[in-house]
Amino acid sequence: MKSKGRAMKSIRMGMTVAAVSLLAVSAGSISRAATSSSPTVTISVASLIPGSTKAATQQFANQVTQFEKANPSIKVQSVEYQWTGPTFAAKLAAGTLPTVFTVPFTDARTLGDNGQLADLTAEVKALPYYSKYNPAVIAEGTDSKGQIVAVPTAAYAQALHYNRKLFVAAGLNPNKPPTTWAQVESDAKQIATKTGQAGYAEMGKDDNTAGWILTTLVYSLGGRMETGIGTKATATVDNPQTVAALNMLKKMRWTDNSMGSNFSYGWSDINQAFAAGQVGMYVSGSDVYTNLVQASNIDPSIYGLAPIPLAANKNAGVLGGGTLAAVRPDANPATAAAAVKWIDYYYEQPLINKAQAIRNARTLTASKQPVGVPALPVFDKTQYDLANTWIKPYINVPLNQMKPFSTGIFAQKLIPEPEASTQSVYHSLDAVVEAVLTDQNANIPSLLQQAQSSAQSAIRQGT
Amino acid sequence: MSTIDPVASTAEKAQHALMSKAQAEAPRVRARRTPASWVRDGGLSTLLFLLPMLLVFGAFSWYPIVRTVIMSLQHTNLVQPATWVGFANFSQVIHDPLFPTAVKNTAEFALLALVFGYPIPLLAAVVMSEVRKRRGLYSALAYLPVVIPPVVAVLLWKTFYDASPTGVFNTILGWVGLGPYPWLQSQQTALPSLVLESTWANAGGTVIIYLAALTGVNHELYEAASVDGAGLWNKVWHVTLPQLRGVLLVTMILQIIGTAQVFLEPYLFTSGGPANATLTVLLLIYNYAFGNSLGGDYGAATALSLMLAGFLAVFSLVYLRATRSWSTG
Repeated sequence: MKSKGRAMKSIRMGMTVAAVSLLAVSAGSISRAATSSSPTVTISVASLIPGSTKAATQQFANQVTQFEKANPSIKVQSVEYQWTGPTFAAKLAAGTLPTVFTVPFTDARTLGDNGQLADLTAEVKALPYYSKYNPAVIAEGTDSKGQIVAVPTAAYAQALHYNRKLFVAAGLNPNKPPTTWAQVESDAKQIATKTGQAGYAEMGKDDNTAGWILTTLVYSLGGRMETGIGTKATATVDNPQTVAALNMLKKMRWTDNSMGSNFSYGWSDINQAFAAGQVGMYVSGSDVYTNLVQASNIDPSIYGLAPIPLAANKNAGVLGGGTLAAVRPDANPATAAAAVKWIDYYYEQPLINKAQAIRNARTLTASKQPVGVPALPVFDKTQYDLANTWIKPYINVPLNQMKPFSTGIFAQKLIPEPEASTQSVYHSLDAVVEAVLTDQNANIPSLLQQAQSSAQSAIRQGT
Repeated sequence: MSTIDPVASTAEKAQHALMSKAQAEAPRVRARRTPASWVRDGGLSTLLFLLPMLLVFGAFSWYPIVRTVIMSLQHTNLVQPATWVGFANFSQVIHDPLFPTAVKNTAEFALLALVFGYPIPLLAAVVMSEVRKRRGLYSALAYLPVVIPPVVAVLLWKTFYDASPTGVFNTILGWVGLGPYPWLQSQQTALPSLVLESTWANAGGTVIIYLAALTGVNHELYEAASVDGAGLWNKVWHVTLPQLRGVLLVTMILQIIGTAQVFLEPYLFTSGGPANATLTVLLLIYNYAFGNSLGGDYGAATALSLMLAGFLAVFSLVYLRATRSWSTG
C-alpha cells in the first residue's frame, strides 16, 4: 500500500509538471504571437543550376541577403534548380518545386490552363513597369483566360556558337563565322580534318533537345513545324525544309565525317564539350555563355557568337524563346505576393531600374560572373539598349567576339517556337535526328512520316 | 491414430473421453471470449508489435499498389481532380507504336543477359571454389562492382564506351587492329553494350550466392566421382549442377524478373536512344509519367506498370510450375 501511495504521488507530480510545461509553452507562443507585428513569409526560390561555381553561389547568396534586408518580413530559401523536361514534370507532380521557379516560353500557357501555376495577375499588373512589357513577350505568360501565370525574365534567339581557337587551328578566320549553311558544312569539314575535333555538333538526345535544334534548322530554311493553334493545330513536321535539314546533317555525319563521335549530347553535355574545346560549332540559345562560364569554366578567348545562317527564303527566320518565372499553384496570397516581390527584385529590376541594374552588375562582376551576355528585349528595344548603357562599365563578356551576333540578330526575323504541344512535337523529332546521326541508311521520309503522326496525335490530345 | 487403441487401459479411455468432451466444448468457450480476455491473453501486445510493420507496409507497399490500380483507370495530372476513364489508358498503351518497340527491346535485353550474363557468375563461382589460395580476395574482387554505386559505374563505362578512337575500349581494340566501334552511338551495338555493363555490374552478387551454395555440396560426391575417374568437367556436369539446380532455378527467375524491369542502364547511358533502340518497358513507363514537362500521363504509366506486373506474376507462376519437378526431383 505504501508503494502504491508513492506511485500515485509521483503520477500526480508528473501530471503537475506536464501541465505547468504546457502552460509555459502556450504562454511563450502567445507572447511571441503578440510581439511579432507582421508574420514572416518564407519562400523558396530557384537559384543556380547544380554544379555552379562557388563564386556564382556566393554571388546569389549576396543577392538574397540584400533582398531580405529590403524585405524583413520575407525569408528566402535558395534551391538549386535547372529546368529539364523530365525533372520538371516529376517535381511538378510530387509538389517539390520551389515557390518561385522558371519555365520556358513553350510551357507556361498550357501549365496555366491546367491549373498548375498560381494566378499572379493582380500582383504583376501592380508593378510600375507593367505597361512597358513587350506585348508579345508577356503573352507567353498569359493563359487562355487572360490570367498572368508567369513573368517573362529573359528572351533569347538561337545562335551559332563557335570556337575561335579551333577556327584558327583549322586555318579559318575567327572574325568571319559562316553566314550560310553551305559554309557551316565546309568549315565543319575543315575543322574536323585539321584538328580532329567535331567541326559541327548537335544536341541529339531523346529529351526534346534534338527536336528543338532540328526545328531551329528548319526555321532557318523557311519551314514550320505546325500551323494553327491549340488542339486544332496541324503538325507539318514532314516538310521539304525538314528533309533538307536532315539531309544536311546526314552529309556532315556520314560523308564529311565532320560531326565527331558523340551524337547523344544534351544541353549541358554539349556546353561542356564546347568549353572543353571538342566542338567547333553548335546551335543553342544566344544566352548560353552564362552557363559556359558558371558551369563549364570556358576560356573566354575561345568563344565566338554568330547569328544562325538564314536561307534565301522569305519565310526563313530564327527561332526565339525565353524564360518566365512562375509560382507554385498552392501558394497562398501572402506567399504569391512575396514571390512576385522576389521576381521583381531578382529578374526584372536589373532590366528596368538603373540603380538596381548597376548594383547587380557590380555584384556580378565582383564575383567574376558574366555581365552583358547578348539577349533579346523582354521590354522594348529602347529599354534594352538603355539598360545596356547603364551597365557598360561592368560588362565583362568578350563583346567583340559576340559582335557578329549582336549586330546581325536584330535584322533577322524572329519566329516563336511551335505553340501547340511544343515539347511533344520536339520529342517526336528526337528519334528522327538520332536515327539520321546513328544509322547511315536511315529512311528519312519514313521517319518523318512517323514523327508527323506522333506530333499530330500529341497536338490532338493537347499533351 | 484417430481410433482408440483396443488394448488401452480404462484410465486412458477415461482420459480420452475427457479430452473429447473438452474438445467438443472448446468452440463454446471461445465464443464467450470478450475484449478483456483478448487483451489479457496477449492480443493487444501482439497487435502493438504488429502495428509498426502494418503501418510501414500499408503506407509504402499496399497503399501505392491500390493507388496504382486506381490511377490506371483515371486521367490525372496530380494537381487537378482526376477523371475516370475506364480502360482507356490500357488501350492507349497497347496502341502506342513505341509499346512493341519497348517490349522487343526488353525481351532482347533479357535474352542477351540470360545467354551471356547468366552462365558467367556460375562459371566464376565454380572456378573460384576450386581455387585453394586467396579465395577471399577473388570473392571480394568479384563482388566489387556490386559495391560501386550504379551511377558511378555507368559514368565509368561511358568513358569506356567513348566512340572516338581515343575511347578506352576503342584504344585497346585498336592495338589489335580492330575498331573504332560506335558502342552506344549505334542502334545495332547500343543494347548489347548495356547488357555487357549490366552483367559486369550484377554478376558479383550472384557469384556470392553460388559460392555459398557450393559449400553445401557434399564433398564425398566429388570424391566418389574422382574414384570413378571423372575429370573437372564431368564433376561440374554430374555433381555440381544437379546439386545446385534449386539455386540455379531461383537465380534464373530472379534474373528474368530483374532484366524485365531494366531501367537504370538505358536511362543513364542512352535515354532510350539512339532512335529508341534501347527503349525498355520501364523507360517507357518513366517517359509516360515524366517525359512531358507539361505533366505526365500518369494513367498510361500506371496502366503499363500493372500490365508488366501482371505479366511477371503469370510468368513466375508458369515458371515455378514448369520447374517444380526439376527443383525438387
